[in-house]
Amino acid sequence: MNVDNVKFRLGKSYGFQALTYVLAFACVVPLLAILFFIIKAGITRINWHFLVNIPKPVGEAGGGIANALVGSILIIIVASIIAIPIGILAGVYLSENRKSRLAYWCRLSTDILQGVPSIVIGIVAYFWLVKPLRGFSALSGSVALAIMMLPIVVRSTEETLKLLPDSLKEAALALGVPFHRVIFQVIVPVGIGGILSGVMLSIARITGETAPLLFTAFGNPYLSTNMTKPMQSLPLLIFNYATSPYNDWHDLAWGASLILLAWVLFLNIFTKVITRKWKVQL
Amino acid sequence: MESTIIKSRNFNASFGSNHVVKNVNIDIPRNHIIAVMGPSGCGKTTYLRCINRMHELIPGATCEGEMKLNNDDIYQMHPIFVRLKIGMVFQRPNPFPNLSIYDNVIAGYKLNGVKLPKADRDRIVEQSLTKVALWKEVKDSLTKKGSFLSGGQQQRLCIARCVAMEPEVILFDEPTSALDPISTSTVEELFAELKVNYTLIIVTHNMQQAARVSDKTAFFYLGELVEFDDTRIMFTNPKDNRTQNYITGRFS
Repeated sequence: MNVDNVKFRLGKSYGFQALTYVLAFACVVPLLAILFFIIKAGITRINWHFLVNIPKPVGEAGGGIANALVGSILIIIVASIIAIPIGILAGVYLSENRKSRLAYWCRLSTDILQGVPSIVIGIVAYFWLVKPLRGFSALSGSVALAIMMLPIVVRSTEETLKLLPDSLKEAALALGVPFHRVIFQVIVPVGIGGILSGVMLSIARITGETAPLLFTAFGNPYLSTNMTKPMQSLPLLIFNYATSPYNDWHDLAWGASLILLAWVLFLNIFTKVITRKWKVQL
Repeated sequence: MESTIIKSRNFNASFGSNHVVKNVNIDIPRNHIIAVMGPSGCGKTTYLRCINRMHELIPGATCEGEMKLNNDDIYQMHPIFVRLKIGMVFQRPNPFPNLSIYDNVIAGYKLNGVKLPKADRDRIVEQSLTKVALWKEVKDSLTKKGSFLSGGQQQRLCIARCVAMEPEVILFDEPTSALDPISTSTVEELFAELKVNYTLIIVTHNMQQAARVSDKTAFFYLGELVEFDDTRIMFTNPKDNRTQNYITGRFS
């Protein structure tokens, strides 16, 4: 084996390493670029006034996104109330009954549900709720988003609980603790970090969903807290205002984008913090 | 008082088609320390887990035959009542990692939703920890998490948790196999004190341990109960050839 050959191979090796560095860095670039553009375009709009006022009609300067902010929060809270208990209990079922037929189908359907395009879920919610109830409503939007949350909550709960040792459950059962108390007082509290991180990520995921809300929550230029009526939300506001022909509205959409982005970033960072903090030492 | 507390007649247990405990007949006397020994896979742990009905938690596990606690059929009782009367300590210390040391001791009450006045709780915690010789070591750190303790302390905490429920029988599934020699001897010293109030059934791989701590020894081999007698007799003058071979180390 001659020296040149070895040198050539070493060179290839360095080249490959350099390539992995470059590509890893390339993965960071899109987020930085998005952050840069949105902060640049939106930061001038953000002030207290922007957060507590509803949009002004075309031609009037100022106005804010209070209706979208309140709407988003309400829709997400209701979606969470629907999805979290169902998701956690289904996750408990999956981790407790790993091999049953129902578990197989449940796992398969949550996996597929995760891949169903959000617009399709929106259409389904439209036919299930909007048409029979004869009107767009925030509630139907919440149901659509809850369906989107479900698979993430189910699978993260399952994955978390699966990692807990059987000895933990046996310890509780050997003390004569009934099954439901074992689950709620031992298994879920010990796995709470992982379960919560799934919940947080699912909320971050649905926060920016526009498609399921298009024909359910529909949007509303005014501040509304009635779940049975159309309601504005951040992604809807961005969608409607960014596609409008007015510069004032474009600015409003940039500001709303920044708020939305900040929200999602906050949820992601918060999730990282709680999983670290609430991790139970086994 | 030589009365029987656990009685098995023609007791069998299996995992699916794998027959692991075969036709066991045994009378376990009250307030004694019973060692159950035998080579790996001989069914001793399975038999132990049948006594407080932990065996049936494993999918596919079945058992049949008679198993009585004070003449009540264990398999006619609700498993929860069985487990309140027959406590269990596991091979690896398994304190609840989300609970403090204090809450770990009264976990049996807390997790069952039994509300006790604070004075009673304090008394139970102190008494139970004293019984397992842990009170002096942890009385200043009762609010710390159970996983804060060393392995040997954790195991004693698990025994305290069991003792706090005032069971009649305590089952030990190789309680010292995950502990260092010093912790092992601390736990072994406990057995003699616990025997005053409870009946202890200890599964062990360690023949010396069986000889040191127990009053009576049962020897399981290939799922059968080969011999059950006073420990002294078992180790000096066993009746069965297989016991003889096992304790002299001719097979393991």
